[in-house]
Amino acid sequence: MFAYILRRLAVAIPTLLLLIIFSFILMHLAPGGPFSQERALPPQVLANLNAKYGLDEPLWRQIWNYVYGIVVHFDFGPSFVYPDRTVNDLIASGFPVTLTYGTLAFVAAIMVGVSLGVVAAIWHNTWLDYLAVGISIGAQVLPNFVMAPILVLIFTLWYRMLPGGGWSFNDPSFWVMPIIALATSYMASIARITRSSMLEVLGSNHIRTARAKGIPEHRVILRHALKPAMLPVISYLGPVFVSMITGSVVIDMYFSTGGIGKAFVDSALNRDYAVMMGITILVGTLTILFNLVVDILYAWIDPKIRY
Amino acid sequence: MALLEIKNLNVRFKTNDGAVHAVNNVDLSVDAGEPLGIVGESGSGKSQLSFAIMGLLAQNGQATGSVTFDGQEILNAPPKVLNRIRAEKIAMIFQDPMTSLNPYMRVSDQMAEVLTLHKGLSRRDALAESVAMLDAVKIPDAKGRVRLYPHEFSGGMRQRVMIAMALLCRPKLLIADEPTTALDVTVQAQIMTLLADLQREFGMAMILITHDLGVVAGACERVAVMYGGRIRELGPVGPLFREPAHPYTQGLLAAIPRVDQNDDELAAIPGSPPNMSHPPPGCAFEPRCTYRRDGCAQQRPALEYFTADRARACFAPLRMFRQAAKPLCCQILMPPQKR
Repeated sequence: MFAYILRRLAVAIPTLLLLIIFSFILMHLAPGGPFSQERALPPQVLANLNAKYGLDEPLWRQIWNYVYGIVVHFDFGPSFVYPDRTVNDLIASGFPVTLTYGTLAFVAAIMVGVSLGVVAAIWHNTWLDYLAVGISIGAQVLPNFVMAPILVLIFTLWYRMLPGGGWSFNDPSFWVMPIIALATSYMASIARITRSSMLEVLGSNHIRTARAKGIPEHRVILRHALKPAMLPVISYLGPVFVSMITGSVVIDMYFSTGGIGKAFVDSALNRDYAVMMGITILVGTLTILFNLVVDILYAWIDPKIRY
Repeated sequence: MALLEIKNLNVRFKTNDGAVHAVNNVDLSVDAGEPLGIVGESGSGKSQLSFAIMGLLAQNGQATGSVTFDGQEILNAPPKVLNRIRAEKIAMIFQDPMTSLNPYMRVSDQMAEVLTLHKGLSRRDALAESVAMLDAVKIPDAKGRVRLYPHEFSGGMRQRVMIAMALLCRPKLLIADEPTTALDVTVQAQIMTLLADLQREFGMAMILITHDLGVVAGACERVAVMYGGRIRELGPVGPLFREPAHPYTQGLLAAIPRVDQNDDELAAIPGSPPNMSHPPPGCAFEPRCTYRRDGCAQQRPALEYFTADRARACFAPLRMFRQAAKPLCCQILMPPQKR
């Protein structure tokens, strides 16, 4: 198992390198650049800027310098648009915020989603099932950019309980709405996956055996059915965690939380090459990492899987 | 008094195409220590009969009638009551040992939980008892293998684990639902010998459900033949196989391939089983029956005793069967040393 993890991490390095090269090339293929503005800069100024940021060098040289900077100095370069900030700074200030509400939303989505799904499966085709399915469908069709204003309307404007935006690590009241808005649709998907996989497991032969052994139903579900029922949920969760952390653009925009989601979109719009690359690498690393976590969890649940 | 008394048991399944009548008006009793066989082809309702006894019917299934165990009504009993009966009084083993054991739990955990739950044993005692039972079903190196997962056992060994798990609480009745169907032929014989031995050793009653007549002949004293969810013939194994009194039993026996004859084609009962969502008003076997007569399609024959211990549900006169009896085929079926 340990050797397997090491092997997977070793494979991650060339994967990341490929990711860097491809994103770098794609980014430069797109028309425009960080310094193209509505009113064109004088050619002299543009040439100086390009020289300053190394954009006048051949592409392979730029990639080499970039990778060299990361490997040797862990330096992701300066932002092209905000000259006084480096990419490291930007990520260091935005990522903790995103990580905080992303992780909490992730945990909330799992807890509520799995519970809803299990309840729906156990009381299959009863009003409880219909209620749980109804809630999850409702939550799924409600996009977070609709969810967010509704939450603000209720909790900020009507009841004046929660701040309508901003972020503070010391005051959890700032966290609540971003977490709810982000978690809702994922919670719904988790609930639906849990329900169908739980139904399948509950109909399987080994559950019939467990019941024939006179094991009380709650124990059958918790001890015999829950673990295998979680397998499809777990394979869904790996990518979800990454997209919850990075795909939270709407949350960052709506609640002004200052996470990296907004930084990512801004960088793409501004052609801020360095920031875009930095966040791409971060997302890539997280994706690789969480796929590995999923595989490890799989092996932990299913004894037939051996690495 | 019989250990298990089934009276007028019916099992219906609600489906989108209407109700499926899986088991109909079954009366059957099993005495303490008695091995009873239930035979019939796929879809004859024999497995659903056993699931109904254990309260294990699928969610859309509904059982009516009465099943008493030791005088206690257990059909549709509340879960609390059923869970004291299951494993403790009536244990069950299933057709497919590959999927019937929990693939995500160690055998030790699956077995020990039965004892900690029903007998209140400590984990350590439960484990020791489990190992002893694995020894009893002749699993080599039981102590070393008890901590393995089911997929680390072969098919035959898994069925042995299944049997050991069922016997942990020394049940008074063991229901074996096609215990050898999913196994190799050589392993089938071993498992059947083991089951028959254990049944005698533990002095428990057994309901053996199978479509293998040879298996029934070797392990059971009485046999019930089911067709279309009803019992068609009931009686002691020897006389019933030697001189079947129902055309379906006769057809089943005639369909056994014989090693002493060089048949090119396997004998079969022509036609196919009835559609149990629209059961015919008369005898369900009538369309396939060689003895059918006027009225068979309209009237349903009841299961009636024609000797002290033999019963059948058929209108055809008994003498017709005597003439057609095939003694040789029964010699093959009967094991050389009958108990």
